[in-house]
Amino acid sequence: MNLDKLLESKKTTIVDKWFNSVIQTYAPDAAQFFKNQKDQFHNPVGTAARKSLDAVFSGLMAGLDPARLEPELDPLIRIRAVQDFSPSRAVSFLFDLKDILRSSLKKELPKENLEAQLLAFERKIDQVGLLGFEIYTRCREKILELKVSTERNKIYRAFSRAGLIAEVLEDDQDLEAS
Amino acid sequence: MNAKYMYSFLAVLALFFLAYLGVRVPGLPVVFGILLPYAAVIIFIIGVGNRIMGWARSAVPFRITTTCGQQKSLSWIEQNKIDNPSSKGAVIVRMLLEVLCFRSLFRNTRIKMKEGPKLTYHLEIFLWIGALAFHYAFLVTILRHLRLFTEPVPYLIRLLETVDSFFRLEILYDVVQIGLPGVFISGFVLLAAAVYLFLRRLFIPQVKYISLAADYFPLFLIMGIAFTGIFMRYFSKVNVAAAKELAMGLVTFSPHIPESSISGVFYAHLLFVCVLLAYFPFSKLMHMGGIFLSPTRNLPGNTREVRHINPWNYPVKVHSYEAYEDDFREKMIEAGLPVVKQPAETAPEEKE
Amino acid sequence: MSDLPKPEDFAPKTYRPGSTDWMDVPAEIRKGIACYAGNPKSLEAVGLPNPRTWSCFDEDWQLPENWQQIIHEGFKERLEKFRSFKVFMDICVRCGACADKCHFFIGTGDPKNMPVLRAELIRSVYRNDFTKVGKILGRLGGARPMTIDVLKEWWSYLFQCTECRRCSVFCPYGIDTAEITMMGRELLNLLGLNIDWIATPVANCNRTGNHLGIQPHAFKDMLDFFVDDIEEITGIHVDPQYNKVGADILFITPSGDVFADPGTYTCMGYLLLFHFLKEKYGLDVTWSTYASEGGNFGSFTSHEMMKRLNAKMYREAQRLGVKWIIGGECGHMWRVITQYMDTMNGPADFMETPVNPITGTRFEHAKSTKMIHITEFTADLIKHGKLDLDPGRNDNLRVTFHDSCNPSRGMGLLEEPRYVIKNVCNEFYDMPANTIREQTFCCGSGSGLNAGEDMELRMAGGMPRANAVKYVHEKHDVNTLATICAIDRAALPDLMSYWVPEVEVYGVHEMVGNALIMPNEQERTTDLRGEPLPGMEEADE
Repeated sequence: MNLDKLLESKKTTIVDKWFNSVIQTYAPDAAQFFKNQKDQFHNPVGTAARKSLDAVFSGLMAGLDPARLEPELDPLIRIRAVQDFSPSRAVSFLFDLKDILRSSLKKELPKENLEAQLLAFERKIDQVGLLGFEIYTRCREKILELKVSTERNKIYRAFSRAGLIAEVLEDDQDLEAS
Repeated sequence: MNAKYMYSFLAVLALFFLAYLGVRVPGLPVVFGILLPYAAVIIFIIGVGNRIMGWARSAVPFRITTTCGQQKSLSWIEQNKIDNPSSKGAVIVRMLLEVLCFRSLFRNTRIKMKEGPKLTYHLEIFLWIGALAFHYAFLVTILRHLRLFTEPVPYLIRLLETVDSFFRLEILYDVVQIGLPGVFISGFVLLAAAVYLFLRRLFIPQVKYISLAADYFPLFLIMGIAFTGIFMRYFSKVNVAAAKELAMGLVTFSPHIPESSISGVFYAHLLFVCVLLAYFPFSKLMHMGGIFLSPTRNLPGNTREVRHINPWNYPVKVHSYEAYEDDFREKMIEAGLPVVKQPAETAPEEKE
Repeated sequence: MSDLPKPEDFAPKTYRPGSTDWMDVPAEIRKGIACYAGNPKSLEAVGLPNPRTWSCFDEDWQLPENWQQIIHEGFKERLEKFRSFKVFMDICVRCGACADKCHFFIGTGDPKNMPVLRAELIRSVYRNDFTKVGKILGRLGGARPMTIDVLKEWWSYLFQCTECRRCSVFCPYGIDTAEITMMGRELLNLLGLNIDWIATPVANCNRTGNHLGIQPHAFKDMLDFFVDDIEEITGIHVDPQYNKVGADILFITPSGDVFADPGTYTCMGYLLLFHFLKEKYGLDVTWSTYASEGGNFGSFTSHEMMKRLNAKMYREAQRLGVKWIIGGECGHMWRVITQYMDTMNGPADFMETPVNPITGTRFEHAKSTKMIHITEFTADLIKHGKLDLDPGRNDNLRVTFHDSCNPSRGMGLLEEPRYVIKNVCNEFYDMPANTIREQTFCCGSGSGLNAGEDMELRMAGGMPRANAVKYVHEKHDVNTLATICAIDRAALPDLMSYWVPEVEVYGVHEMVGNALIMPNEQERTTDLRGEPLPGMEEADE
């Protein structure tokens, strides 16, 4: 039996487990909400996670170049990039897929002599992981860009340079003061 | 194990045994059957009164209606008169729908499109159904109990009983004899709804997370009331005549403990009710009264049409136009903006 | 450079906050979520308590010694002054109906962003300080004493609420978290705990009349700049009036429309509309540089500050002797005007019930405040056929409309803007029903949270809104998000550029300005943004 067929037959369970492992990174009550709320407008996080994971896994099975899975992966990483996660925690779920695969194929692995195929598949997962990191970084850069280019700064600085601002504040006082 | 509901559960259990065993001690039936009920009712009346007076004493400085529909504006735009009421009558309708139908809670029920044209309702509808079932069953149960406090029993109460026991289910075994007294749906619905509301708190993580002991305690108490009630009616066959004698004694202010004995379960039932009454004014159960005083619902949204008076409105410091012009006069003139005072009028003072 | 992450930030988090009782989870003041502390100069300028240089990331917040007493007494006073506060403290049954209605909870997954829990943060102290049961049962009764950790938790979560009132729609008792947040922020302000993006605009609005501290001549410079732009595009020289004593109508809009893109284009729309009406029907409208801020950052501070800033509107109307006022497109400004202004600073009996002199429509529903919303005004004009419109000029826009929280849930202004949009654009698509009108999702940046340093919070909180926009973008190829709120116009472009970069943010009156055919105008080749009009793409080159 080849790995692809095996994965195809177990796809739903694997994606489900993967989804659960992502959802488990949230507080339990939020996790339950993300999992059970089926309304896509009231639950963008859960909906995007399900969709992304399913698409990424399907893409991998279809033998797509992992680097081209960006549109599928982006929505989920984009969400996690603004949530309260450390960078590693934000993308580590991608590597969870390896464990999930191994545990799902525990029985078949030795019997069917799939080790080599699985290793190859895992390399693809690694590539997806790197892709995830890239997307994450891009999202964070976007956030930083938004932070520095907020309207406040744009306008405030411009007017300030033009000397048009009543001096309630002294120039360039560091508001963070830490 | 969650301390919040365990403590509540243990408290209710302790109350049960307190009454069940307590009435066997000579002299104590007077406490459980007469003193406590009177005390509970007094606490209830004074407590609820105090609470409502307390709310009423606080001012309503602003009309902060939550508007849930189109405002009244241009004549050709249809106003949503109930969800954005602009008259007292409409507010009354809104409040009635809120109080009688739990309208806002119903809003929770999302109609959600699945693939294809089939509409599916989400789980949230059960909170609405559960809440409605719970409150109406409770109401009917209370009204039904008026038969114990009235002689002769008013027609309306008897009618209610007939409706409530509409479904006759007759099980006539030696052990269980259901049917002869007629099955009151309300009691079972009350118990089931209370259990549902409890399980919801236990199994929906969000709701579990926000629940306090004060949320579990009344639920257990009400479950206890419903359970002991059902038990007495269908299983242990309480001495109804004696119960009525006791009740009539209480309401006619000639209290006495009936000669023929009443079971311990009855006293447990009674104690539960007393505790509920006494607990009521100090707890979230006051939502019953509070809903009528909720400023986002009980006021019309016509704040632009009719001025609302704030009883404590006080003058505040305002940066006046004059101060503003003084601050920026030169620059305003330079920019061609009109000013009230010309600089010449103020200049001499500055020079000196 | 303190924004650089420290090594421990990279370590995976091991504890999951929700698994312990919420009272045992200490509030974490985090970068990306928290806003910077209020500048002491701003606090001093308007006499707010305890001005000092501090940071929410510091251990020591430099509170007055008797801060607990101040909170307790302030709490007590507000319970007496506001029945809403007292009732909302008492009657919540924690049914959970509101739990998943908050955009911040949906977006961040932080349990303390459930409205019920946000309120419980305060209720727990209420029980401890003001109820017998709380005093006797203590923690078992859901009570806890006020400590510095509790205070920090208040600060953190009260500035993670945009006072959007969405939860209040679903609450069976109408408990309004916005009201609770407002009270909580008032209490925090007693200790000098504020954020700079509220405190400094308050100080600026008080002195200069706009949130940026722009002085009057610069205000006029900006409008002059729009006048030039308009002339270039349409060949028409519009001539706005300022501080004109004896004008018929005073116009007040949020200063964001004057100073920040893309609100500036909306401002050009107003200028065009008023010029059109002046030329054709002789409408006499004046702007004011004194009351030049419609928005009211005071309402994010305290009721008193709200009143102080709002007072300028009626004072200026009285000084100028106008008959009534038109208010521009703004969110919380309209909550203040609708539900507070008349009570606080009225009665405005020196003015008349607004009557549109062009159509004869009496705005009876505003007969006490004497102030109408510009979309009410424009909708009335359109209905009576008084505007010459060419919606085709907006044919490059495929539009959806974001109901701003306050006009929806604190006013009920739902159909008027839609009517205007449908008359100035040909392609309009509403977002899904449970994300608009009274159920609209907040932009995630309201109530003073549209600073820069809390960008993660804003992006996460705005996610439900963006998600619905994305849906209509994918389904109907929508590329325009129309709004009637200045904070929306400031915040949604950021939100869109992160989640749905293909969608641009417009004000409704910008689209009116594009469609409005001015008397004797030259053939327009571009819209107000200087982009080629549909069919003019080549002419432009």
